Amino acid sequence: MNNSIALKSILTKEIQRFTRIWVQTLVPPAITISLYFVIFGSLIGSRIGEMGGFDYMSFIVPGLIMMSVITNSYSNVASSFFSAKWQRNVEEMLVAPVPNWVIVAGYVGGGMCRGILVGLIVTLVSLLFVDIQIHNVWIIIATVMLTSATFALGGLINAIFANSFDDISIIPTFILTPLTYLGGVFYSISLLPEFWQGVSQANPIVYMVNAFRYGFLGISDVSLVASFSVIIFFIVCLFTTAMVLINKGIGLRS
Amino acid sequence: MTHALEISALAKTYKGGFQALKGIDLTVQKGDFFALLGPNGAGKSTTIGVITSLVNKTVGKVKVFGYDIDNDLEKAKSFIGLVPQEFNFNQFEPLLNILVNQAGYYGVDKKTALIRAEKYLKQLELWDKRNGPARELSGGMKRRLMIARALMHEPQMLILDEPTAGVDIEIRRGMWEFLQELNAQGITIILTTHYLEEAETLCRNIAIIDGGKIVENTSMKGLLAQLDGETFVLDLTPYQGNITLDNISYRIIDDHTLEIDLHKKQSLNSVFDQLSKQGVEVLSMRNKSNRLEALFVNLIAKKEPNTDNLHSNKKQAS
Repeated sequence: MNNSIALKSILTKEIQRFTRIWVQTLVPPAITISLYFVIFGSLIGSRIGEMGGFDYMSFIVPGLIMMSVITNSYSNVASSFFSAKWQRNVEEMLVAPVPNWVIVAGYVGGGMCRGILVGLIVTLVSLLFVDIQIHNVWIIIATVMLTSATFALGGLINAIFANSFDDISIIPTFILTPLTYLGGVFYSISLLPEFWQGVSQANPIVYMVNAFRYGFLGISDVSLVASFSVIIFFIVCLFTTAMVLINKGIGLRS
Repeated sequence: MTHALEISALAKTYKGGFQALKGIDLTVQKGDFFALLGPNGAGKSTTIGVITSLVNKTVGKVKVFGYDIDNDLEKAKSFIGLVPQEFNFNQFEPLLNILVNQAGYYGVDKKTALIRAEKYLKQLELWDKRNGPARELSGGMKRRLMIARALMHEPQMLILDEPTAGVDIEIRRGMWEFLQELNAQGITIILTTHYLEEAETLCRNIAIIDGGKIVENTSMKGLLAQLDGETFVLDLTPYQGNITLDNISYRIIDDHTLEIDLHKKQSLNSVFDQLSKQGVEVLSMRNKSNRLEALFVNLIAKKEPNTDNLHSNKKQAS
């Protein structure tokens, strides 16, 4: 069995899915982020002044891009895999000799593609508002790849457990969005009181946003080593969990 | 000799305690056209689910072309093409994408997949619809799409779970011909159906499952030979007066229709002779009911006493 063909098939199917419904998947993030730039950047940002040595608009750009990547990587896999479960077309893969790691890799790859594509769109939109500088392109690429993989895996696990469409919106609404807003997208955590700085360090999104911001601006509230260690730790944990769940057939086999 | 399918002591108990399969044994020869029949809830779909790994078995062994699903699941899966009971493709995807992706899951490259997709879509009269979304197809077309999808990796065994449910008679007969052609090419076919005429027409061997147990497993000929007698409906030339048949149980339905109950040791020639002597010609003849249906009802009816007991217990309890 040629696993690379199976992987390519799942990946192609996933990319075809979100590009077929591009009005639902690619346009809304661009509009939302434009509003963030207008409201937080131009209107409020001009009164805030500098943050971390950069004007506020430049400071929030990496965080806003990362926020889009996180949200879209997660929601792509959560909705796609749950839809496949709900319509039962996941059975197309389950009856085929596709190893479970290929199924995980295919869906995660699809989520990463959408997350990164939306990230690119948001970056292009941000160029309308601010000149983007790049400190280290490799850190940008590494961070965006690893972060999108992390949240695509999270979306997959959410979809495995989900029994209804409500179940795939609970985690983004009650966990993902609050963690993202409190993850240093709009502020430097060094501005927080010491206690809340400590609390923030338990939020994995802080590490992702800061590593990404370092790639653009060369500033970060946490060390790069800590950032990449945290991201890789989460990838290993989430991948292992996803594999165990699919191997056992949780939510997939009766 | 390696069989297409070997099942031994297979049992499945679902969460909540429902015992869908109670230790079934089943063997299907290579190249066979095999019917798996049973009433609703008998365990047919659970059996198919276990074979195709959509259902986790509780105990037992399943081998597909000699490959144990516990040890060589991926190899075993590669032999099987599944046409499930319910539509389970992405309704929003174009037909070609559905077929090419499915082939890809089995490691078939896109070029080969496109050739096969064209072949099967043309054979199943879906080629004109290839670029439209699957949701625009009629019920019969969706059934045919699922057959095409199951064939994309050219499996050696095709499992069809009620493939003609809800399909009109013309399309159903077209599908029968297509399945017979596949079987003639050497593909082993396992069929579940509620149309007993379908099983009788297509299948050489049969298993009847009821309450999670195999209650009959034999050849179709062997099973039909168990019939003590058959009821025929004879269309006759219109006649005046009475018809009398010696040693034959019969009923006159109207002035050109006669029903006869024939024991398997009795000959139809005797009936024709007697009618001919009375100046009555037989224009056509048919079985009153499907022969397999009569046997099926008898076999399942063996469980009736239990049902009666249930009823009487309920009455006592109330």
